[in-house]
Amino acid sequence: MPKKQTVRVKVNGVQREMEVEPRLLLVHFIREKLGLTGTHVGCDTSNCGACTVVLDGKTVKSCTVFAVQADGAELLTVEGLLRDGKLHPLQEGFKQEHGLQCGFCTPGMLMSTYALLEKNSQPTEQDIRWGISGNLCRCTGYQNIVKAVQYAAGKLAQGGPR
Amino acid sequence: MIPPSFEYLRPNTIPEAIAMLQQHGDAAKILSGGQSLIPMMKLRLARPAILIDINRISGLSHIKEEGGYLKIGGLTREAELEVSPLVRSKYPILVDTTHVIADPQVRNLATVGGNLAHGDPANDHPATMIALGAQVVANGPKGERVIPIDNFFVSLFTTALKPDEILTEIRVPVPPPRSAGAYLKLERKVGDFATAAVAVQVTLDEKGACQKVGMGLTNVGATPVKARKAEDFLRGKKLDDDAIAQAAQLAADQAEPSADLRGPVEYKKGLVKELAKRALQLTRERVSK
Repeated sequence: MPKKQTVRVKVNGVQREMEVEPRLLLVHFIREKLGLTGTHVGCDTSNCGACTVVLDGKTVKSCTVFAVQADGAELLTVEGLLRDGKLHPLQEGFKQEHGLQCGFCTPGMLMSTYALLEKNSQPTEQDIRWGISGNLCRCTGYQNIVKAVQYAAGKLAQGGPR
Repeated sequence: MIPPSFEYLRPNTIPEAIAMLQQHGDAAKILSGGQSLIPMMKLRLARPAILIDINRISGLSHIKEEGGYLKIGGLTREAELEVSPLVRSKYPILVDTTHVIADPQVRNLATVGGNLAHGDPANDHPATMIALGAQVVANGPKGERVIPIDNFFVSLFTTALKPDEILTEIRVPVPPPRSAGAYLKLERKVGDFATAAVAVQVTLDEKGACQKVGMGLTNVGATPVKARKAEDFLRGKKLDDDAIAQAAQLAADQAEPSADLRGPVEYKKGLVKELAKRALQLTRERVSK
């Protein structure tokens, strides 16, 4: 069996270290080793975006990255959006605007739109649709997801928590 | 899906990476963005015993003009190309191309070098680099060598890169005045491979006739297709509607697509004709600005 590798990552602000097999995918590392099951395995073929996490400030599909590649990186998962027990404006927006039905795609949608708002705090509808073009939702038809992001952008513009 | 086991190596320099390739030969694969390789490993279509992760090697990620070339590092991410002010101002064909590669998350990791070195005729940069007359820089035990893009794609998933070489840079000749280009792709949905796509780059002379013409086609053959007949036809001609229509037909004639879920052969040839026409029209519009 190939030699195990040490992976050191800062996950949602907490430093973690673990020995892993090189073939372990980042999504399985997050769910099974770190116990953070908010990140979902959807299609497992880098199409659906349910496994999207933020790696060193950039969204990636964690089913298509090896955990060893994240060594030394900072990782943000959906669990990290909650601050001081308060929902992130995006989470609030998805709730207020019915941006989810079954909820399976939601963690990935939240991470993609989080990264979008970090880069562009006042996105147009087209920017939002472009920003979620790597995330599939089979329930909502995307209308309410767009509204949820607009809600969050509005909240953030009023100086809400980031 | 769990990929097969492999040994993971992480060199810090190019010579280190080349030494690893020399030691392990065919058993090793380079891990760049991983956005094609990892899915293939999950499907067991690729089973490298050793992965050499080049992501920590510095000096492989850049976008700059130097010595008459736009130099793109092998590790440069699609997302970096997409937002580069230099690329956006002078290389619209590259912006067109990077925009339609996969989706935002994949573009954050996927590299330009990987898109070429993978040797997949369904990838988007090959046709664009053919149109641009690019060069590929390979580093191996004997140093650096420059491969013209027209000699780079050998057969399906096979390039001119030797097993102990790494693609380190792509060089695109800086376009002279009166140049423009475009890349047009039809995909069934975001993230899908092209049903077909057409890349065009032209330079006009002072009278408005085509001086230099490059045309490449995506996913209509075992390798990326250079639409040589259309290029030859257009050279010396003005980009009027008649010339465009004839060139589009010649490009379609050179396409050798296979029928699959994306459509039958005739449809794809028709699509190449239409996309070639539109890409040439868009190029004409852009060059006159």
